[in-house]
Amino acid sequence: MNATARSAPGPKRPGSRRPRPAGDGEHRPQRDHQLALLRQMLLIRRFEERCVELYSAAKIRGFVHLYIGEEAVAVGVGQALREEDAVVSTYREHGHALARGVPAEAVMAEMFGKATGCSRGRGGSMHLFDAGRRFYGGNAIVAGGLPLAAGLALADRMRGAERVTCCFFGDGAYAEGEFHETANLAALWQLPLLLVCENNLYAMGTSLAREHAQTNLAMRAASYGMPAWTVDGMDVLAVEAAARRAAESVRAGGGPHFLEARTYRFRAHSMYDPDRYRDKEEVARWKTRDPLDGLEGAMRTAGSLDDGVMKQLEEDVATEIDAAVRAAEAAPREPVSDLLRFVTSVPGRV
Amino acid sequence: MNATRAADTARTTYREALRAALREALRGDDRVFLMGEDVGRYGGCFGVSLGLLEEFGPDRIRDTPLSESAFVGAGIGAALGGMRPVVEIMTVNFSLLALDQIMNNAATLLHMSGGQLNVPIVIRMTTGAGRQLAAQHSHSLESWYAHIPGLRVLTPATVDDARHMLAAALDDPDPVVLFEHGSLYNEEGVLDAATDSVGLDSAAVRRPGADVSVITYGGSLPKALAAAEELSGDGVDVEVVDLRSLRPLDDATVLESVARTHRAVIVDEGWRSGSISGEIAARIAEQAFYDLDAPVQRVCSQEVPMPYAKQLEEAALPQPASIVAAVRRAVA
Ligand SMILES: Cc1ncc(C[n+]2csc(CCOP(=O)(O)OP(=O)(O)O)c2C)c(N)n1
Repeated sequence: MNATARSAPGPKRPGSRRPRPAGDGEHRPQRDHQLALLRQMLLIRRFEERCVELYSAAKIRGFVHLYIGEEAVAVGVGQALREEDAVVSTYREHGHALARGVPAEAVMAEMFGKATGCSRGRGGSMHLFDAGRRFYGGNAIVAGGLPLAAGLALADRMRGAERVTCCFFGDGAYAEGEFHETANLAALWQLPLLLVCENNLYAMGTSLAREHAQTNLAMRAASYGMPAWTVDGMDVLAVEAAARRAAESVRAGGGPHFLEARTYRFRAHSMYDPDRYRDKEEVARWKTRDPLDGLEGAMRTAGSLDDGVMKQLEEDVATEIDAAVRAAEAAPREPVSDLLRFVTSVPGRV
Repeated sequence: MNATRAADTARTTYREALRAALREALRGDDRVFLMGEDVGRYGGCFGVSLGLLEEFGPDRIRDTPLSESAFVGAGIGAALGGMRPVVEIMTVNFSLLALDQIMNNAATLLHMSGGQLNVPIVIRMTTGAGRQLAAQHSHSLESWYAHIPGLRVLTPATVDDARHMLAAALDDPDPVVLFEHGSLYNEEGVLDAATDSVGLDSAAVRRPGADVSVITYGGSLPKALAAAEELSGDGVDVEVVDLRSLRPLDDATVLESVARTHRAVIVDEGWRSGSISGEIAARIAEQAFYDLDAPVQRVCSQEVPMPYAKQLEEAALPQPASIVAAVRRAVA
C-alpha cells in the first residue's frame, strides 16, 4: 500500500493472489502450503485460547500478552525465513516462537514454569528462548531487542554469512530511542536486518495518533535510507509475499528493510488490562478481518478446503495442544537448589 | 610480535598496556573487534586505540555513531552471534544511556534463557574524577554495575592488570565490564616480564603490612600507596589490598588481611551511601567482627555532584591526606 521505499513497488494486493481451485495435482503444492499456514495460525490461536483458560485456573501466572488477531504476521514472516536466520522478539511472542518451530510443548512448559520449558522456568511467557532455532526471545523491555538484533546481523555481516536477522517490535517500540538508534546504525552499516513493525494501533492504551507525531511509520523508516513499506497484516498471504521480497533483498546484501504490518490485537493488552481505551465497535470491525477466517474463506472459495478438512485441522491442533498441556502438567519443576544456576557460566560465581 | 614482547618488558604506561592488550587480542582471534565512539580515526577518546585502525582496518576498529544503547546492544547481539566484541564507552556517565542493554540484556540473557545464551562481551569504560571535568564526566558508578548479578566487574589499577585483564575477560563466557580510571592512563610502571596472564577472581596485596589493611581498587590505589608510604615514616605499617574485581568480590583476601592487621580502612571514589565500600564493610562486620580492634573506617567521595573548581574537586575526592587521617583514626 504505502510504498514509501526507494525500491520496487509495494506488495501485491491480497486479491491478486487468490488461490485457484485445487483438485488437479498441479495445484496441490499451493493448497498444501496454504493449509500449512492455516494450521500454524490455528495452532497459535488455540494455544493462546488455552492459555487464557489455564491462566484463569491459576496454572499460568505473570504477565501474559496474547497475540490473538495478529497471527498472520508471525506466520507470514516466518515463511520468508530460513533455519539459519535469527529471530528477535518481544513479550508478545508466543506466536513468533510457535511460528519459528519452537515446540508447543516447550512453550507451554515454560508458561507453567517447569524444568522442560524452553527457558527452564526462568523466563515464563515474556522470555521464550530457543538457541538451537536461533530464537532470541522474549524481550520485555519495549524496543530492547532492536539493538540486539542489529548485533546479530552485524556478526553475520562481519563473517560473511548470508543470513537474515528478523526483529519483531510494536508501534510503541517505534517511539523509543532504541528503534531510531538501531535504524540509523543498521542503515549506516548496511546490516542484514529485517525490521518488522507490528502496528496494532495501540501501545497498551495509547493509540497510534496519541503516540506518534507522524503516523506514517514506513515513511519515517525510509528516511533512514532503507526500503520500507506497509502491508495488510491481517492477510497472511500478503504478509508472506512482502516478507519474502524483503528477506530476499536483505539476503542479497540490500541492507536493512522495514516492513510495517497493519494489524490488530483482538484481546486486551495483557491479562490485567480491562481494555477501556477502545470502543467495542472498533474491535468488532477488526474482528471481521480475522486472519484465520480470511485464509479459510479464500481456500473454501477456491475449493481447496471443506468442512472435513477443517474439522481434521482443528482436531490435529487440539491434540497437539492437549499433549503439550499434559506434558507441562507432568513435567518436573526446577529444584530450588538450582536457583542460582545460569547467573554466570561458572557455577557458584556470583 | 617481537616488538610487542620488547615493549612488554619495558617501562610502559597504563594506556599503552591497554593498547598492547587490545592489539594482542585482535591479532590472536579474528572474532575480536573493537567498537565505540571515536575508537578509530580519532584514536580513542583517551588515546587507547591509537594506531589500531591502521593495523586492523575499519571493520574491526569500528567507529560508531553517538548511540550508546544501540552500539552496546549491537555488541551484545554480536556476542550472541559468535563474535568477541570489545565495546568502549567514553565514560561511565554516558554508559547510563546503555544501562538498559547492559543490565536487561547482557546480564540477564543467560539466566532468562535457562542457560542457553552466553554473552561473551567486554565493555570498557572510563570512570572517576580528578581532571576537573565537572559533574557529567567525573562520577564513579562502578558499584552500580557491581550490584548486578550476571556481570563481572573489573577495575585494573596497575600496568600488569591493564596489560592482561582484557585477555582474561575475553576468555570469560559472560559479560565483563572493565573500568579504567581516567587518572591512570598516564601512570607508568614496569610490566612484570614473568606474567603473561592474570586471574580475575582474586584481590592482590600490593603492599604487605602488619598494622592496618587499606582496601581499595582502581584509581584510588596510587593514593593508598602514597598514604602508606607517608605513614611508614611514622612507623605505621600499612597493608594495601587491591580488590581488582568488584564482582565477584574476593572476601577471602580481605578477611585474611584484616585477620592479621585487625584494622580496616576502605578507600572508594564512589559516594559513601550505597557504595561498594559499604558492602565491604558489611562483609567484614558479618565475617570478621571479632578480628577487629577498631571500627572500620571509610574514605569515600563527598556526597556532592563532582564540582569543577580544582580545590572543590580535590576536597570532594579521597586524597592521600584523607587516607592518612583515616588510618590514624583506625590505629589510634
Ligand atoms: C521500556 C519499557 N517501557 C514501558 C514498558 C511497559 N509496556 C509494556 S508493553 C507496552 C506497550 C508497547 O506497545 P507496542 O510496542 O506497540 O507493542 P504491543 O504491546 O502493541 O505489541 C508498554 C508501555 C516496558 N515493558 N518497557
